[in-house]
Amino acid sequence: MAGATRPDDGACVLDTGALEQLIELLRADGYRVVGPQVTDGAIVLNTIAGASDLPAGVTDDQEPGRYRLRQGTPEALFGYAAPPQGWKRFLFAPDETLWRAVRTEGGFRCEEEPLASGRTAMLGVRPCDLRAVDILDQVFTRSGVVDPRYQARRAATLIIAVECTQAGGTCFCASMGSGPDIVADDANSGADIILTEYTTAGAPLLLARPVSGRGGELLASVQCRQATAADCEAAAEAVKSAARSMGRQMPADVATLVGRSLDHPHWEDVAARCLGCGNCTAVCPTCFCSTVEDSTDIAGTTAERRRRWDSCFTRDFSTLHGGPIRSSGAARYRQWLAHKLAHWWEQFGRSGCVGCGRCITWCPVGIDITAEARALTEREGRTDANH
Amino acid sequence: MAITAPLVQPASHLWSISPWRISHVRRELADTFTLTLDPPADAADAAAAFLPGQFNMLYVFGCGEVPISISGAAGEGGRLKHTIRAVGAVTRALRQLRAGDVVGVRGPFGAGWPIDDTAGSDVVIVAGGIGLAPLRPAVEAILHARERYGRFIVLYGARSPEDILFARDLGRWSSRLDTYVDVTVDRAAGAWRGNVGLVTALIARVGLEAEHTVAFLCGPEAMMRFAVGALAKRGVEAGRTYLSLERNMKCGVGLCGRCQLAGHFVCRDGPVFRLDRIPNVFQVREL
Repeated sequence: MAGATRPDDGACVLDTGALEQLIELLRADGYRVVGPQVTDGAIVLNTIAGASDLPAGVTDDQEPGRYRLRQGTPEALFGYAAPPQGWKRFLFAPDETLWRAVRTEGGFRCEEEPLASGRTAMLGVRPCDLRAVDILDQVFTRSGVVDPRYQARRAATLIIAVECTQAGGTCFCASMGSGPDIVADDANSGADIILTEYTTAGAPLLLARPVSGRGGELLASVQCRQATAADCEAAAEAVKSAARSMGRQMPADVATLVGRSLDHPHWEDVAARCLGCGNCTAVCPTCFCSTVEDSTDIAGTTAERRRRWDSCFTRDFSTLHGGPIRSSGAARYRQWLAHKLAHWWEQFGRSGCVGCGRCITWCPVGIDITAEARALTEREGRTDANH
Repeated sequence: MAITAPLVQPASHLWSISPWRISHVRRELADTFTLTLDPPADAADAAAAFLPGQFNMLYVFGCGEVPISISGAAGEGGRLKHTIRAVGAVTRALRQLRAGDVVGVRGPFGAGWPIDDTAGSDVVIVAGGIGLAPLRPAVEAILHARERYGRFIVLYGARSPEDILFARDLGRWSSRLDTYVDVTVDRAAGAWRGNVGLVTALIARVGLEAEHTVAFLCGPEAMMRFAVGALAKRGVEAGRTYLSLERNMKCGVGLCGRCQLAGHFVCRDGPVFRLDRIPNVFQVREL
């Protein structure tokens, strides 16, 4: 984390002009630079042409079921929390063709869709989202079978992370061990460069730590000054203040708690509020479930298979022999939460939740995953007392 | 006893389907049929190395893909049988196909029955309905090396006499002096002179020594839940009980997440599980 940063780590200080240079260098090198920008009243991740596309002086109010932008620290480029979309769409496409098949004499021939080409630089990846990328890396490339489509995109991706200096209203990354600083060693974080935005004399500056060789080369090519101890301290203090102001937390023993609560009556309580819309799975930066759709052209001579993001909140998700295994809303919510918080440990040796808070903000009825987890404890305690 | 490790598919073939030609179609029951499929040359070795209990993803051009367990080998060269009940759009489309038509195949996938690891034990096979399909290659493998096993028992339940799958095979196995076969039906009319009742009744009366016995189960989950209970009553522990589960799946290799069941992916960690690894499956509803 930033506390470990010393001026001799190669850290340097960028102003907006230097960031502009960095983006320009990446673009000249053939990267599509993707970053946050204000679109239709939200911060959206999309291609940016330069630093002027970033949401300067904008911050967000996030609450369960509520998201609004408003004016924040003047000129600050990263003064907001997790934007609605995670970064997974740039690595794991929401909808893509896997192959096409053409009828031939007495059969058909299958041709795989070429792998994605082109390099992407992701600018402004928060620590929670950086952890989410590592979780997806594990799912798609480090758990046995490698997904070639994910792997190709990931290998062509450069990541510029940004530590958080203010907590959003629904954030709980500190309790998940995934923020607001880069909790892993920088070298194992998955980032190429790590930025921390802090203010000196009213002007926002970016402390930049090179992580990968490529990140170091890039920083060496922009006009910036070497960081001083004072810069590092100011940046570290800004990150600490974000941790202090974080209002939510996940119960520490949530994995075992959920694991032993699969028949808990509280799932029915959540189901009475849950609309089953799947927003939580769409905005979750680690939800990786997908479906495939097979189709033909109208002549029936060519067919294709597409892969699409899917959600465990649909009835179709668990359908077997004409009916869903998880027919109740309670079973579907439990499936999502139990997989994310408990069963992920058995499958991948860690939690599938990074504490970004998106599922809370974007739930239309404001269901709060931390509150639901805590309710399992409270009711469990009450049940025990009654017996 | 470890469950036989799955074959890992090379990444480049993850999604690509291989065209296999139907060499024979056999009508088994009113709604059930067996396709014998001929692999192309480049898929023959992998097909021939399939493990009893594994499945393939079968694709009908433009219609869709379904996981179907391999119900047997048909001679040399990787020719495989798949026994299918027509219950959905893809399985109904598969039923329209004829010898000479082409089916897309990915696989074989998943962990199979622990055939080698259970050598030396008595083996009880408990199957219900089309659940006999993924168990048939296990029965054949055990009969092929019959001297490596102790007592061998096959218990099968079907809805009615007309729903008894692989009746010829059951008769052939039954005619062997070294194999005990018992069949029951839920209901019968007319000429049926066999057992009527649940397969659990067959478990209750079969002679077995629990400490030497392993059980392989496949059938509807309700049937397996009761069969597991009946076996437990006879002293067959969860650590010696294996069952094949079914879930909605799209990829076959643990990437699409569809078949997630507690801490497992059914496609990759199953479909054959040792019962003590999935203790919740019959206790928690809608898991």
